[in-house]
Amino acid sequence: MKKLNFPFKREEIRALKVGDMVLISGKMFTGRDAIHKYLHDGNMPPVSLQDQIIYHCGPVVLEEKNNYRVIAAGPTTSIREEPYQWEVMRDHGILGVIGKGGMGPKTLEGCAKYGCVYFHAIGGAAQVLAEKIKSVDNVYLKEKFGSPEAIWELTVEEFPVVVTMDSHGNSLHEKVQAKSEANLKELL
Amino acid sequence: MSKKKVAKKKTTKKITTKKIAKKKAPKKRTKKKAFRKVTKKSTKKNVIRKKVNKQKDLLQDSIIELIRQTSTILPGDIQKVILEALEREKEGTTAKYAMSIIDANIKLAKSKSQPMCQDTGTILFFISHPAEFSELAFMKTANKAVVLATKKGYLRQNSVDTLTGANTTMNLGPGHPSFHFHEHKKKTIEVRLMLKGGGCENVGAQYALPNVSLDAGRDLDGVRKVILDAIIKAQGKGCGPGVLGICIGGDRGAGYIDSKEQLLRHLDDSSPNNTLADLERDIVNTANKLGIGPMGFGGKTTLLACKIGVLNRLPASYFVSISYMCWAYRRQGITLGSHNKISKWLY
Repeated sequence: MKKLNFPFKREEIRALKVGDMVLISGKMFTGRDAIHKYLHDGNMPPVSLQDQIIYHCGPVVLEEKNNYRVIAAGPTTSIREEPYQWEVMRDHGILGVIGKGGMGPKTLEGCAKYGCVYFHAIGGAAQVLAEKIKSVDNVYLKEKFGSPEAIWELTVEEFPVVVTMDSHGNSLHEKVQAKSEANLKELL
Repeated sequence: MSKKKVAKKKTTKKITTKKIAKKKAPKKRTKKKAFRKVTKKSTKKNVIRKKVNKQKDLLQDSIIELIRQTSTILPGDIQKVILEALEREKEGTTAKYAMSIIDANIKLAKSKSQPMCQDTGTILFFISHPAEFSELAFMKTANKAVVLATKKGYLRQNSVDTLTGANTTMNLGPGHPSFHFHEHKKKTIEVRLMLKGGGCENVGAQYALPNVSLDAGRDLDGVRKVILDAIIKAQGKGCGPGVLGICIGGDRGAGYIDSKEQLLRHLDDSSPNNTLADLERDIVNTANKLGIGPMGFGGKTTLLACKIGVLNRLPASYFVSISYMCWAYRRQGITLGSHNKISKWLY
């Protein structure tokens, strides 16, 4: 089990390999469909994403006395951001993406070129993952996009993920796909 | 007496060949209070009606509790296969790691009484009822229960106006929730609920045989080929390891509905049709040799179970309809007792 602590450094990201199990502590920003499209359209993010991690997640957040509490926060399917993700790496300097299901060749190329990794969180594990969120520090664009699509700035402790796409051109998803197809040919 | 005869006729079909009950439901609806417990004294209608009016109808509370349990607690038959999958995966692998987080999540959701997945899914009600029953009155109460369960946080606000993108209706709207009524011979009402998330619904598939590119003909071998193709295509996306509900035959609409109804079966049963029972076992065994594993990380468990039903088809059609259910297999059911109080849990 590896640990990645805030502030995140590019050389630590480069050292990660496909299959590494990682516990992330520190900061992350949620961002899904609306935000990626917004950045793609040329808008500047309301908060700097330089050296930060984006989490593909639409959390369930309760508002209590000027305080926010995340009660469920599993990953959403990442492949929908495939057209935009590499651009966000290039233009905004993110060094990690968390989601589920993996992403395609454009993102894999972006990871290698700009020094970024794709972390796979466990789909459906909304309670375990919400427990790792220690505080909600800010929220951006909530009025514009609604709660699930807003950018939530979160502090997390030992948030469990697996590296499935690294910054050296390796993708676990490509590997498992090829192997399972080969296995199927033998079984038919 | 004529009503009784009609009811008998309509309930002779087996579970595996169920169709949409709406078509079968009696057209005459004369009673507003339809959820009274059917008792032996049901001939003395006036007496019963007076009694019922005095006592509170608990249907709304029963449905809220059904929603809470479905969203937060996995039934025993599903927990069992998840634990078996956890045991099976090798120590130190990402597959084992994924299964252990899934296991922890199941326990945490139960103890906190919070949704195990933030996507609380399409709300699918399957209602089996005796002849004397009003679908409209049931739907009215169930809709109220859904709104209250959403306010309580058992359900996410999850129903989007497809054209405008607005998500403001607390899970009500055209097609939401989804109701499926079936008349049965029993005198009690059974309500089953499935919460099916978007991730797994997106990887469902329907094939028309023959399929040239998969070399799948109009026979069981062809059926097997397209099912395995759907499993390959779903990898990594539907939050595996999952369960398949499959219908062979029917038209496109009936096939998909039956494939979902297959997911209401207990996971430890097998089809009463020997051919289908063999195919169910074969699909699970073969899928688990593909090496896709939990979350598509690679590993031993790709599929937890497979349930297959069959409907007749037209000479020109041969559909295979596949519904994929994620590991967060949220389905539960209740039998309603007196005053529509929950008298039994079905899973």
